[in-house]
Parts: sequence; structure tokens; C-alpha cells
Amino acid sequence: KPQDIDEDDEREKRKAAARKGSKASRKKVSKEQSDDESEEDKGRGKKSGRAVSKKEKEDQNNDKKGNKKGKDEENKDKENKNKTTSSSFSSPPSPADSDEESLSEGEIAALKEQVEEKKKLIATLRNKPWRMKKRLLLLKEAQDFVEKFEGALGKGKGRRLYAFKVMMTKKLIKFNRDFENFKTACIPWERKIKEVESHFGSSVASYFLFLRWMYGLNLVLFGFMFGLVVLPEVLMGLPYGSIPRKTVPRDEQATAMDFSVLFDFGGYCKYSVLFYGFYNNDRSIGVLQFKLPLSYLLTSVGIFGYSLLVVIRTMARNANEGGDGGDEGEFIFSWKMFTSWDYLIGNPETADNKYASITTSFKESIVDEQENQKDENIHLRRFLRVFANFLILCSLGGSGYLIYFVVKRSQDFAKMDPKTLTWFENNEVEFVMSLLGLVCPPLFETIAELEDYHPRIALKWQLARIFALFLGNLYTFLFALFDEVNGKLEAEKSIKNATEWALHQYYANYSSFYNTTNVPPPNVAPADVIRGPCWETAVGREFVKLTVSDVQVTFLTILVGDFLRAFIVRFLNYCWCWDLEAGFPSYGEFDISGNVLGLVFNQGMIWMGAFYAPGLVGLNVLRLLTSMYYQSWAVMACNVPHERVFKASRSNNFYMGMLLLVLFLSLLPVVYSMMTLSPSFDCGPFSGQEKMYDVVIDTIQAMPAFIGNIFTYVSNPGLIMPAILLMILAIYYLNTVSKAYQQANTDLKKKMQMARDDEKNRRNNQDSTNQVMKDLEDLLPNKSLAPTPVAEEKPLDIVIDKTRTTRTKPGTAGKGVEVQKEESLSAPNPRRPVTRGPGPRGGPPGNMRSPQPEPGRGRGQGRR
Amino acid sequence: MGTTASQLAKDSLSEYQELTFLTKQEILLAHRRFTELLDRDERNHPNPRVPMEVILTLPELKSNPFKTRICQVFSTSEDKDGSLTFEDFLDLLSAFSDSATLEIKSHYAFRIFDFDDDGTLDYGDLEKLVNCLTGETEDTRLTSEEMRQLISNILDESDIDKDGTVNLSEFQHVISRSPDFVSSFKIVL
Repeated sequence: KPQDIDEDDEREKRKAAARKGSKASRKKVSKEQSDDESEEDKGRGKKSGRAVSKKEKEDQNNDKKGNKKGKDEENKDKENKNKTTSSSFSSPPSPADSDEESLSEGEIAALKEQVEEKKKLIATLRNKPWRMKKRLLLLKEAQDFVEKFEGALGKGKGRRLYAFKVMMTKKLIKFNRDFENFKTACIPWERKIKEVESHFGSSVASYFLFLRWMYGLNLVLFGFMFGLVVLPEVLMGLPYGSIPRKTVPRDEQATAMDFSVLFDFGGYCKYSVLFYGFYNNDRSIGVLQFKLPLSYLLTSVGIFGYSLLVVIRTMARNANEGGDGGDEGEFIFSWKMFTSWDYLIGNPETADNKYASITTSFKESIVDEQENQKDENIHLRRFLRVFANFLILCSLGGSGYLIYFVVKRSQDFAKMDPKTLTWFENNEVEFVMSLLGLVCPPLFETIAELEDYHPRIALKWQLARIFALFLGNLYTFLFALFDEVNGKLEAEKSIKNATEWALHQYYANYSSFYNTTNVPPPNVAPADVIRGPCWETAVGREFVKLTVSDVQVTFLTILVGDFLRAFIVRFLNYCWCWDLEAGFPSYGEFDISGNVLGLVFNQGMIWMGAFYAPGLVGLNVLRLLTSMYYQSWAVMACNVPHERVFKASRSNNFYMGMLLLVLFLSLLPVVYSMMTLSPSFDCGPFSGQEKMYDVVIDTIQAMPAFIGNIFTYVSNPGLIMPAILLMILAIYYLNTVSKAYQQANTDLKKKMQMARDDEKNRRNNQDSTNQVMKDLEDLLPNKSLAPTPVAEEKPLDIVIDKTRTTRTKPGTAGKGVEVQKEESLSAPNPRRPVTRGPGPRGGPPGNMRSPQPEPGRGRGQGRR
Repeated sequence: MGTTASQLAKDSLSEYQELTFLTKQEILLAHRRFTELLDRDERNHPNPRVPMEVILTLPELKSNPFKTRICQVFSTSEDKDGSLTFEDFLDLLSAFSDSATLEIKSHYAFRIFDFDDDGTLDYGDLEKLVNCLTGETEDTRLTSEEMRQLISNILDESDIDKDGTVNLSEFQHVISRSPDFVSSFKIVL
């Protein structure tokens, strides 16, 4: 009776009795156990420590029981095994007889433990690189087990509750799964992006992912802006035409509805919720006493705060996903080799491009590695590089000056009568800026030819230069705008004085005429009131116009540069003297970096402009929505894959970094204008205040005194200085810690290498204790043909037993293996035991080699 | 198993969801695509097997240089012809899906690259791998000198125990640091 023997064996082993042949096996078993445990640790993470100790306890329980009960139980056990074709160890003796006898506390605990482990197995099964069949069987088995014994656990008073709990967990799991399904179904454009992905690889798709991410961010910003500023004003504020700031002035009224004016965001658009000037400065509006000015300020600041938070969080997550960037360059070749193929590529053309780019990258890196040949003429090259940078600086400066010049001129134009101006003169600024954005990048590329950099470095330079161009242009634009604003502030002052003087006159005249001090306010229609220039609305209009013209240019470029080109190339090719598709014009490529930069700058504009024009955020949402459809159509219809292949994930954080920089830079002017410029006296939510932030101060003063005190304390320099100091110290500390971790990392690597060498020497490379390796060997199709002793030593079923027992009772692991051993000794069995010492490895080779049917893998002993 | 002729049984669907990284929609889509590959009379077969040649006509796999390896790795066929059952197909999609863990992905990547199925990546495997990556045409091939240089560089980097081959744990160590692997080791239907 093998069962018997193995039980005995088990017991003896526990007592550490010396027995022939068992010494080696025991050693192995224990090694395996520890191995199992380490595997378990991996799976469970932090909980492992506790779990292991629990398992040990449970082992003792089982042991005790085994000793106490003896043979009849084992027979039952055997029946049990035969009945369920599945593993004998997962349905151990304890639950079988626990049905008859009343359960002791320890048994219940053990059973509970097992059920828990089964559940865990179910949850983690998908993480195992096993065949589906095996996983299916294991799953069924585990589910059956849980089904069967879950009920038995709750005997007595807690039974109902327990059953209820179990039911609820089941429902919860199902609900969670459905919810997950629902969530993935709700992600917009998933299929569209996947389609693009499979045609162009992950790099182009990364642009669309970025676009979608941007859309999500903007949607949230729009939610804030709309919900907290626009909607309250529309619902609870005064309607159009009630006060001067909400009315079109008399002399503009004739043209206010003209399309050209509206398209310029003049006329009715200018005096609508889209712009700053429309909002009233009542401290609170509506029945809810909603404090609109305060809400306006806080929302504008909150938009920046939220964006900052989201960008940084995304960056951190990307950085985590990409492993530690610290040892970049350590595995250049291996990464090129193992990870360069993009499995998403489903288009033969893309695949050809990819082959070519991989080959060049291999060759490049080999050349880089050799890196011995010196430049023939290093002086010429240096000179050329300096010269190229000089040229680029010149063009940057030139473009900056051009913008400054144009904005200045537009101010002159603005003073003239708008009817005498041509369309070009009206839209000069936007036109010039778009043109610069269109012309300069190719110019830079041409100049960069002089430098003769490595393409990768050249690409970085190119991106940096375009970035500088955009940024320079934006800031020149801003400076010019603020110049204008200062001019307007002057004008406003005089108008304000004039109005006050007129009002004073009116009061004086009225009181002298009627001889009363009770003067009614002057009866002037809101459209006729003299008003200031309202510089905030002017600035907001500039931003809106800039955004719209940017959209127009982008869409037109795609239409002409991509669609028309593709159209001509495709259809004129039939009657042309050279091959248009392969030759000169060819199809357009999707310019990822350019598009991403465009998106980033557009976002910068939105952040800046949102304060002056709350409607801008909504416009931007529309823009992103249309460009998602439009661009994904365009890229599928008329582009060919990029030759220079970008890596998706790493450049992702690069984009995010740029976004962060732009966010920061667009924060500056807004905060500057909030803090230092005084708001217009007759328009916007802050009119009448000296500074915009006075709204906050007013609110704080209106609160109870102790809150005001708290704010005074918090803003005290004596408190702020230590806080800053503390932060600096924290940064220093974290920096040091990260350095220490890096050090520890390298140390561990060294240790790993040493341990590995050591192990190799000791075991003479005959066995591998690594669980992962065993899984691998399990899956190798011709493992039975593999000549290495490793493969012979470890037949599959045992490997699986081991892993399974890990999840049930490690204590029985040794037992299970012993069973195998005894069996195979008594009868010639095709499966070779793992527990044999490395020494006498005889046995008929035919047995070893006998191929096992695939489905039977891992289930060997159940069928015995 | 649960694959009836035209439709998936409900409980096997939930089991597949439990066992793979795929969502319900993806499994259903996979099932539809898979049944499209079958002949009419094969659909009534309880557990049909699609030969490798037919699988490779899928546009998602067509231009993949590792397509035959992928089929062989995921096939449970006994005569090693790379034919796939529906469950094998699901295994494949699960390993290549968005949400599969790095561990699973690297495991299967290793097996795909292990051309001779001996459990390690040796010189021959790496050479074949390079040839797969550089394409069939002559002008993109590397010369033997370049090849030798490249492979010795790779072994320098990733063969930690210096036994001349890259084993699974070394492979996983290298791969886990790579920023691009998880995003590019994907196939979606």
C-alpha cells in the first residue's frame, strides 16, 4: 500500500528518522518547500510573512490528525482521490472526515485557511503562464472545493451570517467584473485608436492617446469653469441688456450681428458669457447667495492647481511604469534586440519600415560602440555647428521681433476706424503667428543639416528649437499685449475720471435744479453709457482669436498638405511620367512631434486665456473633439507610417515634461495680472476693487475673527520661512535616500551574480530551483526530447503538484512527492520522481522519454 | 470545452474571464474572429483546431516576423504543427493583451525568442532573432561580422552568470527595466 508507506514516510521524516534514500530526498523536499514559500511570497507580497506562519500551524494540525487517525482515514482519503480526478492534496483528509465528526476549532481554522487559499488561487490563476486547459481544471477544482466546504464552515450560530457573507462576496465579485467590463466599454475611441495603432504602430497611437488624455483633462477643466462660473452667471445673474457691461454699445449695434464681426468675436460675442467683461461684480447672486467674484478667482486658480496635479501624477506614473531611468544605457543592445519589435504593427508597409529602422539602429549602435574613428575635420564641423546655431538664434530673434512689430501695429490699427481696415490688417497678428509656426520648423530642419548630428540628437535639437520658437513667440505676444494693457489702463483712468466728473456734474445740476438732495440715478440706456476699454476682454479676445486661427491653420494644413496631396498622388499617378507614390511627392507622414507640440502649445494658450475668457475652455473641448475624429480619419486615409520611429512610452513623459513647462510658463502671466494689475473699473467680476485678490481678502474679513487670525498667522513670514526650509530639508533627505537605494541596488546585483555562480558550482548545473524556470520547462513542447539532465530530472506532474500544494498545504508537499517516489520505485512508471538525489539516476530511458499526452500534464497522480 | 458551434456557453465565458486578462467583449470578439476562420463543417466539431496557415492570415499577425513562433508557442497540438484551438487562441490574446502583467508577457516573449525550445537563448537563438528583426531582404541583413559583434554585446549586457546563454530570469531582469516592452508587446483584435 503506497499510501500507507508514504504516510509513514512522512511521519518519519517529521521525526527526522534516518532512512535509506530519504536523506537526499528530504533535503530536496525542504528546499522545494522553501522554494514554494518564496514563490508564494512573490505572489502575495506583504502578507506572506503572516501567511507562512499560519501555514506552519496548519501543518501541525494536519500532522496531529494524521497520527491520530490512521489507516481507515487514509482509505477514505484514497477514495476521495479516486473520485475527484483532480489532485489529492487539494482535497485533503481533514474536510472529508470533518463532515462526520464535529469540527474542532483548529480544524475549522485550517479549513478556512484552505478555502481562503483556494480563493486566492482563483484570483491569481490568470497570472500563471500555464496552458488554458490546466488553468481551467485548476479553476474548476478550486471552485468546487470552495463550493463544497464553504458551507461546512459555518456550522452553528454563525452559519447564516457566513452563508450570507459568502453570497455577498460572490455577488460583489461578479459586480466588480461587470463594472470593469463596463468601464472598458466606456473609454472613448478605444477602437479607433487601436485601429490606428495596428496600422502605424504604437508611436502614432501615442499621439492619439495623448490627445485623448488632453481631452479628458479639458473636460474636467470645462466642468469646473462651466459649473462654477458660467452657469451661475447665466442662471442667477442679470440678463443681457440690463447693465452697460452686458449690452452692446450703441455705435456697435448696427454691425453687432454681422457674420464677419461675430467671427472675429466682436459684437454680441464680445458681450457674452464667453468673456471676462460680461460678469457682474455683485458680491453674491441669486437665492443661493453664490459668491461669483470669489468663485471666479478661485476657479481660475483651481484650474491651474488641478492641471498641475494631474500632469505631475501622470508623469510619476509613467516614470514608475518605465522602470527606473537610472540605469539607462545599461541594456542598450538587449533592449534593441528584445523589445524593438512593435507587435501591434499589422500593416506590411509599416513592417518594412520597421525592419529598416531596426537594422539601421543595430548598425548605428555597433558603430557607436566601436566609436573609434575620429572626425576628419573637427574644426570645420564645430564652426558649422556654431554657425547653424547662430542662424537659428537669428531667425528666432527675427520672428520675435516680427510678432512684436505686428502687435504694436495692430494697436495702431485698433485706434483707427475699423471700417477702413482690410481683413488682413484686422487679423495680422494671428496670421503672422500661424505663418511663423508653419515656416520656421522646416527652416530649422534645413539649417540642422549643416550640423550633421546623429539623427536622434538632431531630433532633440529640432524639438527644443521649435519649443523655443513657440515659447518666444508666445511671450513676445504677451509682452506686447501687456504693453497694450498698460496703455489701456491709462485710457481707462481718464475715462473713469471723465465719467465720475460727468456724474458729479449731473448730481450737482440735478440737486441745484430741483433743489433736493434725493437724486435719482441718471436715466441713461445701458447701451449709451460711456465705458472703459475693458482690457481683460481685449486680452481674452486675442487668445480666443489665436486659438481659432490655430485650429483653422491646423485643419487646413491637414486638408491641403495631407489629403489633397494624397489625392493627387493617388489618382494622378495613372498618367504621370514618374512614379508619384514612390518618387518625389509621395504620401505625407504623420508628424508626431509637430502635432504633439501643437497640442501642448494650444493647451498653454487655453490655460492662459481661461481667466480672461471662460468660454475658451469650452471651445477647446470642441476643438479636441473634432480634431480627434478629423485627425484619426486623416491619418488612416492619407498618411504613410513614419520612417523615423519614435518610442512611445519614453517620449510620452517627454511630452508631459513639456506640458509641465508650458503650464508653469502660462501660470506666470496670469498670476502677474491677478496680483499687480488693477482690474477695469466698469467690467468683470472684480470691477471696483483695487486688486483682483481683494475679493479673497474681503471674504476672509467677512468670516469670523478667528479664521481671519488663522490666515494672518499662516501668511506670516516667520511661519513661511521655516516651512520653506523644511521643504528643502525634505528634498535633500529624499535625494539622499534615493541615492542610497541606488547603491543598494548595485550591491544586490553583485550579490545575485555571486550567488548564482555559487549555486552553479555547487549543483553542477543539474537542477534549477527556480519556480519560474520550472513553469517554463513545463511548457516547452519538446521537453521530453531535451537532452539536458534538467529536463529529465523534473517531470511535469511533480512540478505542478508542488505548485498546487503551495496553495493548499505545504506540509503535505513533501508527502506528495514521497508518494510519487514510492510509486515509481514499486512499479515502472513513466513519470520520474523529482525527489531522487542527483546521484543514481538510472531507470529505463524509454520510460523517461515516453511522451505524455498534453492534457494529462500535471494531473498524473490523480488518475493513478 | 465550452465552445459550442456558434456561441460561447455562459459559464465558460465567465471562466475565460476569470482566467485571462480579457474582458467579456474581447472574448466574444475573439470568438467571432475565431469562428470566422473555421470551415462550415468544422464549426460543429466540439473542439475545433485551426491550422497555423489559416491563423497567419489574420491581419494582426500577417506582418509579424515572429508569427510562426507565436503559433508554435501557444499551440497545444501534439504534432507541433502550430495549430490553435480556441483556448490556445485566447491564451495568445490574453498574453498579448493590454492588461497582462509584465511577468506573463516576458515569459511568453522569452519562449517566442527561444527558437529551439531548449529553455535558454543561446547564440543560435539570438542569431535567428536578429534575422527576424532585420527582415528577409538582403540589403537589411547584417553582415556576419556585425552579427557577431552585436550578439557578443548582447551577451555582455544581459548574460549575468556568464554561461554564454540568456536564461529566463536574466531575460526577465533585462526586460523589466525596459520602458517600451509592455507597450509594444501587444496584439489587439
